[in-house]
Amino acid sequence: MSTPEFNNPIVKWIEYRLPIFSMMHHEMHEYPTPKNLNYFWNFGSLAGFVLVIMIVSGIVLSMNYTAHVDYAFASVERIMRDVNFGWLVRYIHMNGASFFFIIVYIHIFRGLYYGSYKAPRELLWILGVIILLLMMATAFMGYVLPWGQMSFWGATVITNLFSALPLVGEHIVTWLWGGFTVDNPTLNRFFSLHYLLPFVIAGVVILHLAALHQHGSNNPLGIDIKQKGDTLPFHPYYTIKDLFGIGVFLTIFVAVICFAPNYMGHPDNYIPANPLVTPTHIVPEWYFLPFYAILRAIPDKLGGVLAMFAAIAVLFVLPWLDRSPIRSAKFRPIYFVLFWVLVADCILLGFCGAKPPEGIWVILSQLGTAYYFAHFLVLLPLLSLYERPINLPLSISSPKASASEPQAV
Amino acid sequence: MRITKSLSRAMAAAGFLLASGTAAMAAGDAGGGVCAPKSMPAHTEPHWSFQGVFGHYDHDAALRGFEVYRNVCAACHSLKLFAFRNLAELGATEDEIKGVAALYEVPDQPDDEGEVKPRPARPADRFPSPFPNEKAAAAANGGALPPDLSLILKSRAALENHVSNILGGYMAPPAGCDIPEGKFYNAYFPGYAFGMAPPLTEGAVEYNDGTPATVAQMTKDLTQFLAFVAEPTLEERKQMGVKVVFFLIILTVLLFLVKRQVWRKVH
Repeated sequence: MSTPEFNNPIVKWIEYRLPIFSMMHHEMHEYPTPKNLNYFWNFGSLAGFVLVIMIVSGIVLSMNYTAHVDYAFASVERIMRDVNFGWLVRYIHMNGASFFFIIVYIHIFRGLYYGSYKAPRELLWILGVIILLLMMATAFMGYVLPWGQMSFWGATVITNLFSALPLVGEHIVTWLWGGFTVDNPTLNRFFSLHYLLPFVIAGVVILHLAALHQHGSNNPLGIDIKQKGDTLPFHPYYTIKDLFGIGVFLTIFVAVICFAPNYMGHPDNYIPANPLVTPTHIVPEWYFLPFYAILRAIPDKLGGVLAMFAAIAVLFVLPWLDRSPIRSAKFRPIYFVLFWVLVADCILLGFCGAKPPEGIWVILSQLGTAYYFAHFLVLLPLLSLYERPINLPLSISSPKASASEPQAV
Repeated sequence: MRITKSLSRAMAAAGFLLASGTAAMAAGDAGGGVCAPKSMPAHTEPHWSFQGVFGHYDHDAALRGFEVYRNVCAACHSLKLFAFRNLAELGATEDEIKGVAALYEVPDQPDDEGEVKPRPARPADRFPSPFPNEKAAAAANGGALPPDLSLILKSRAALENHVSNILGGYMAPPAGCDIPEGKFYNAYFPGYAFGMAPPLTEGAVEYNDGTPATVAQMTKDLTQFLAFVAEPTLEERKQMGVKVVFFLIILTVLLFLVKRQVWRKVH
């Protein structure tokens, strides 16, 4: 790798002491990116963009928010009414959370479809799952802050889950609450952690990027870069493509914020929290619904809690469950079908999570849960043994040539 | 001992999770069988002026709705998030706002002797609540707390139709449906036995602009007013949205063209 020549004396002075310009040059101009990335590869940078939006809007909100059970709800309403453009910042933050999950879920399913979790990108994938977990914790605690009915009862139900753990469960719950019920100490620590965790996420994102730049992006064909013609410099090709993606995203995002800002929320959260009145139907935010369905699918509380955490945990070991050397589902005819069944299964679980747990919905969530785990724990390992892949192309530059090339990647 | 306690608590919590929905449905069914209305009264406006991309409040109707609120609803319902000065956003003049605020009294700052005396309200004051606290409000209303109306059109499942549903939902109970003393049959209230007597009667308020104060008219006006109180920044938000989305579409098209130009030689 050549070190670029800098002519500006100030740049030279800094570069000599802190090689930041050569690093930027390396990452932007030399960083070889496969030339065949499709628009699904936009969602990584888009997620980073939304993280920045969330942190900036969150910092502004925290300047006007009061983390106290008597004032939290009123302080959010004050932001909505009396703070200049407070409604805008609050709706950006509130809908930003939903859009963050939409983008990250697409990003994850992109990784699943194109086998981006396979060697040598296992740690890249695992770091991504850690980001997902941190996002879930952050989103959950953020939803508690407005101190509406769903905030309070969601916090009550979810923190109570830990009481299912034998022996230590109750102590953990008391410790989480900072008392014997969800109350002011709970709200205070959730606010503190909700402010802290996004910066932890940002840190893991940097690791995620470092791991990405070690071996570069996977690509829709799932084959390695073989020659110089397979790649393009990241700038300007992918900077402009990502900018176009950000334009599309912002258009949709602003339309939702301005025309339907409460569409993805729950009306009950505009009722101030009342520990004496339980809402008839407690549901989490939409992005937790599949996990909520898994939680309720198991008739035993501890079993449900374990299944819910296992639904994420299974993603950590995915690189070792799917042993097929072929990455992209394009060349795996059976995996292609299973992938879309998994997508449908997750959507089904989402619907189950939104419905009261009775009648057909219980059975559907149990079937959905069973299939979810069967996909990862049974079908993928078996598939690695029995699936006959389609012949891979020779290289990214010559996608048509395949013929009788060997299967190994 | 401790283990059994934690077990029973865990089971209770799990049961709560699994049964919360079921219990709610069961409760609905218990009241539902005989009490379910044969047909819902048709009354709601199919489209409110504040819905849609170009939505805005009907300012005159909302100001009339304020008259309905302060002369009828305010006897029992608080409106804690509403300040008199907010009427300016509906086009009320400063003098009108000062005039209506002065009709109400709010507690003043403690004077030099430490006594808290009432003073006439000013535009910056919030609308005074009818009861000193929620206990007093519930006690004066047969144990049922009249909810604060500030966010009523954002916090119920029917959203902007909630008030018109409830106000238009009073009817004679179906045969065989017993409504307890002091409750009123309402087709839109969960369980149907509703604690509020039909509040609006023909001519309950006298409108300054001469609009006949029919129950249907007052319901529409009240919805405009309460929708405004629930979401006072709606007009600003939608107007901004139209401009920004228009700008972003053009920007995105331009970005797409640049992208195509940059990638021209690659394909």
